[in-house]
Amino acid sequence: MGLANEAYITGVGQSEVGVRLTRSPMGLTKDAIMEAIADAGLTLDQIDGVASYPGKSHGYLGFSPVGVDDVIEQFGIKARWHFGGGEIPAQLSAIAEAANAVRTGQARHIICFRTVYEAAAMSRPEEFPALQRETVDGFSQWTAPFFAISAACWVAQYAQRQTKLYGMTREQLAQVALNATRNAYKNPRARAITKEPLTMEKYFSARMISSPFCLYDCDRFTDCSTVIIVSAGDALDEVSPNPVRIAASAGKVDRWSWDQPELMACYPTGEDLWKKTDYKPKDVDTVQFYDGFAFFPIGWLEALGFCEMGEGHKFIEGGTRIAIDGELPLNTGGGQIGAGRLHGFGFAHEAATQLRGKGGERQIPGDPKVAVATSGGGPLAAALLLARD
Amino acid sequence: MNPPRPRPKLDSDNRAFWTGGADGNLNIMKCGDCGEYTHPPRQICRHCQSENMAPDAVAGTGEVDTYTINYQPWMPGLEVPFVIARVKLDGVPDVILTTNIVNCDVEDVDFGDKVKVTFEEQNGIWFPLFEKVA
Repeated sequence: MGLANEAYITGVGQSEVGVRLTRSPMGLTKDAIMEAIADAGLTLDQIDGVASYPGKSHGYLGFSPVGVDDVIEQFGIKARWHFGGGEIPAQLSAIAEAANAVRTGQARHIICFRTVYEAAAMSRPEEFPALQRETVDGFSQWTAPFFAISAACWVAQYAQRQTKLYGMTREQLAQVALNATRNAYKNPRARAITKEPLTMEKYFSARMISSPFCLYDCDRFTDCSTVIIVSAGDALDEVSPNPVRIAASAGKVDRWSWDQPELMACYPTGEDLWKKTDYKPKDVDTVQFYDGFAFFPIGWLEALGFCEMGEGHKFIEGGTRIAIDGELPLNTGGGQIGAGRLHGFGFAHEAATQLRGKGGERQIPGDPKVAVATSGGGPLAAALLLARD
Repeated sequence: MNPPRPRPKLDSDNRAFWTGGADGNLNIMKCGDCGEYTHPPRQICRHCQSENMAPDAVAGTGEVDTYTINYQPWMPGLEVPFVIARVKLDGVPDVILTTNIVNCDVEDVDFGDKVKVTFEEQNGIWFPLFEKVA
């Protein structure tokens, strides 16, 4: 039985993960929802809440083609609570908000989803026109005029600091992608993204994007929907066994900017997470860290206290420590570099999958009980602490 | 030949920053009450919430805080490689500008390099770029 005033992940689902899929965004969302509610042992009429990040992106539908409103309407959900928006700490904060909702009795079972369609949208510009703007404004006016168009250029500068101040080498950085593709190769859902594990030789033969990042340090546009079901602690008698408790969450930002702060928001967020739980870093069995760019997991390792500041690249050196059979398995499903840019929700999906022992060929050994899932980089940062207790 | 730089949309917050180069000035918004700078520019001080704000022509010198050599042509015709850097401005605490380091080989840029502003004008916008101080 669950604890009242607690929130649990009771089911997870995922559509096909592909590049330039032809199935519609709502079709993919349906596939993920149906798999998740079946996993949870629920039916659609038991769902009374819906959450997503960042809500429907009307300006460029490939980024987020399905909104919370669409899901309520499409699936006939009588929503007592719903939420969809981007001005929250990061992608996984939508799940943290759903957890708060079930803890306070506002809903019993919430569908949390993130549907991405960036690869398909780019291949069908007549249906998904690219954003055409005469001018830049908001944050992008401080970067785009200098041809720092992509977040790759912004994050590369944080990574370059690690290189210059702490001596990170490209061989060390490469371990993020090598580990990701090795794990993705064991993940049946990642077949379209990783055809074979990356080698160090191939890594070094790739073209540079923005130093120190080469092509393999960047995730790639993907089409997919990922769903997490969040249920109230006093509703666990309605679901399948094997729930995972959302033990804590954090999302702390000191300055909302990609270039003004000295440190990315993962640092204050990591510190804040441990203030909200009795668990300690040493209790964690696996970590699923956002890897839109390969430097992010290094930052999260430091931020969450798995190593000292400036030591993250040494922690992953050689890759054995972060491997599936290592002391702290990282991105066991392949992360975004290996399994596609699911935009944050994949990390919660994989953390829950591992804690429930459903990782199949990529299942970590032993009896894992505690995991951390994170999302975001720059001023975006969210962390979830998941526990099977 | 590079494509035009993406053009900022001018408004009452940012106009002094993007047009100051016409007078050779790098303008950063400064509070007349607490003396602190607010960047990105706002008409309300982010430190004391005073509305006594005005653009301040700062020295225009600084140093490279961090940088990246960009190899990816993000737009058709974009000439690569080039350097994107974050510059810490002298006399302007806690303000960073994302910019380009120009007029030198991309391999010649490093942390702590002393740089000074040089403006590139396109259709009334004065983009503040930086070059190494000899």
